[in-house]
Amino acid sequence: MSQRSRSVALIATTALLAGGLAACSTPEPSPGVTEDTVTVGTHTPLTGPAAAGYSSISAATKAYFEYVNDNGGINGRSIEYVVKDDGYNPATTSTVVRELVQEDEVFAVINGLGTPTHSAVVDYLNENEVPDLFVASGSPKWDQPGTFPWTFAYNANYIVEAKALATYAKETWPDKTFCVLGQDDDFGTDFTTGLLQVLGPDGLASTQTYSVSTQDVVAQVGAMQAAGCEVNFLATVNGFTALALGTAAKMKYPAQWVSSSSGGDYPTLVGYLGEDVAPLLLQGFVSSNYLPFSPDDEWVSLFQEINDEYNDGAPFSGNTVFGMSVGYLFAQALAKAGDDPTRKSLLDALEVGALTGNGIVPLSFSKDSHAAFEGVGITVVDKGVQDYVDGQIYTTDAGSGAVEPYTGTSVPLEGDGIPTA
Amino acid sequence: MTGRQRLPGQRPLARTLVLAAGWTVVALGGTFALDPFRNYQLALVAAYLCATAGLTVLVGATGQLSLGHAALMAVGGYGFALTTNALPFGGLAAFVLALLAGALAAAVVGLLLGLAAARLSGPYLAGLTLAVVVALPAVASTWSTVLHGDQGVQIPFEGVPDALRRVVALEQWQAMVAVVVTAAVVTGLTLLRGGRFGLKMLAVRDDEVAARLSGIPAGRVKVLAFTASSVAAGVGGAVLCFVAQAVSPGAYTVGFSLLLVVAVVIGGLGSILGAALGSVVVVLLPWLIGRLTASLPADAAQRLDGNLAVLVFGLLLITVMAVAPHGLHGAIDAARRRRRPTPDVPPPAAEPAPRKVLVPTEEQR
Repeated sequence: MSQRSRSVALIATTALLAGGLAACSTPEPSPGVTEDTVTVGTHTPLTGPAAAGYSSISAATKAYFEYVNDNGGINGRSIEYVVKDDGYNPATTSTVVRELVQEDEVFAVINGLGTPTHSAVVDYLNENEVPDLFVASGSPKWDQPGTFPWTFAYNANYIVEAKALATYAKETWPDKTFCVLGQDDDFGTDFTTGLLQVLGPDGLASTQTYSVSTQDVVAQVGAMQAAGCEVNFLATVNGFTALALGTAAKMKYPAQWVSSSSGGDYPTLVGYLGEDVAPLLLQGFVSSNYLPFSPDDEWVSLFQEINDEYNDGAPFSGNTVFGMSVGYLFAQALAKAGDDPTRKSLLDALEVGALTGNGIVPLSFSKDSHAAFEGVGITVVDKGVQDYVDGQIYTTDAGSGAVEPYTGTSVPLEGDGIPTA
Repeated sequence: MTGRQRLPGQRPLARTLVLAAGWTVVALGGTFALDPFRNYQLALVAAYLCATAGLTVLVGATGQLSLGHAALMAVGGYGFALTTNALPFGGLAAFVLALLAGALAAAVVGLLLGLAAARLSGPYLAGLTLAVVVALPAVASTWSTVLHGDQGVQIPFEGVPDALRRVVALEQWQAMVAVVVTAAVVTGLTLLRGGRFGLKMLAVRDDEVAARLSGIPAGRVKVLAFTASSVAAGVGGAVLCFVAQAVSPGAYTVGFSLLLVVAVVIGGLGSILGAALGSVVVVLLPWLIGRLTASLPADAAQRLDGNLAVLVFGLLLITVMAVAPHGLHGAIDAARRRRRPTPDVPPPAAEPAPRKVLVPTEEQR
């Protein structure tokens, strides 16, 4: 009797205490901004299978922000960048993004990397009205202003990319047999959808898929060889682009490879394949890009300087340009969000279409479009140098719209790469 | 008080239910005192507790060691996600149906595993269950049209019901749902273990031959125990899927599966309070370590990220085993007994630690 009454009393007391503490647990408005700092965060793989291909991006963004901070910041505020490792595991992404929003109280999440990973948090960020800017993934999912008003894409959409690459391939090699190797998720599916738009429903002789958790593509490459594939499209991440090319070389299977920009970064591929064989294996390798990448570009030389000074001279790759370009775009958005930026004013700055970015095609952010780049240029590797093919820039949409050649110019460098209001 | 005859060590049903309801109310009230991130962590603890409670009953009461409970959680998660996506309606009815579907899926897989498990023991059983976790990514990518490979299955976002929208935040709502479901699972396991079936499990664990001679169908008891434990894990996976709106093989790795066992061992084998303590450790420790390494230089922090937690878990396991072989719960009990040398009520008979977890018995050799 005595023990039971004690238990009941204990429960009752605790319940009363808990009820008394019943405070409303709703987050405060516009966190992350102080008099002299703005804190933003990201989730990205620093460990795990995807880390080798992408961990250099957040480091580059951080280096760019330090460069901006050393030059007075944006509207007098320096930018703090909190980088969280999610190991490319959606379950971990859920946890670290909640940490960013609730513990670190970031102003915005920028450049969250990966389709499966970011899918796990996009609802959460929109529910909490946290700006979810420049997602590092080409899924068409991020361009849905109606469903996800706080989410903005960065990469050229996989469908747009695939349509441009397929148009180039069809013009360059009209009589060849086309095939595709794709990741077995939205990345591969969307890219293949884009290819079929241009090549027609019977345009692909073989469609192969791989899974990131299986480090082997012998069966897939073998099937492509058996199907007589001559031009192979790749919807692969960098590690698997290298794996596919290496596997084909081992099988003495020569083919023309045409890769999505997500897995077509030459310096990163050299890192996988090795300095000695990479130039041979990658000779004539076609990919696409939408950021400045020519060795003589003014943006590239600025980014190289920043990389040397603020990133300990880390190897300079497409990831470096990508990371710094994202940083530049966020700085530009922040500059245009007013002297006292709020989450709402940041969103407005993006939606009025005032941002230029630094791409080779203009940005298409507006109230009705949260897609960044609706066009890409074609790049080819020649003698160990990856560069744009002159006059091969295409714009198109993610639907059944035509693929048009783009004749405008790229965005020029202004004011040492530090945006102003 | 009651005229019904009770088994030795058994609590009256009413008392168990009142206690369960009481602690559930306390936990629900507690969610008001927590900030959103703490509530998110509470939801994770609750989800893990389903799995660890199931595991601790299995290992503690029947001596069957499963290293595959992460896979069973995944089965529950996939069952929940696929059912949610297949149902044309949302809301409470969909949640309950999906939860039952997740539990059922885990029960079926658990039954099949249990049938094999009853014939194996020690390292062979551990090996079999481990293989299931290892095979999970391959299963997800082989049937990728349904299971969507490494990307996993996402479910549509469901916010706080309109009636409660003004009162509770999203994380708090998720924590409350997780707490209620977990309370049901844990109560079920407590009743199962405290009842007639619990005695049978103990009998089979302590001496299978003697149990058989007493007319206990040892094989059936083992299979049923494994199935019940699987259902608990499956419900845990379903709750985790409800909180994260996604289920993917990357969340249920071999490392995570071993972590569940570590949680059970640190907490104290066979004890549900121990399972709860273990789940708290599993959720909080990596987060605490992340907080600590965040202040280090970026380079060092990056190298320690994800690796330091594994090291600390290893050290913690060794320390706990050396200092308190019966886990945290055992240590708490021991401390309480020391403080009260002559208790007015005899302390509940501490369950002996299972002796035959990894070593096959004479007759099995």
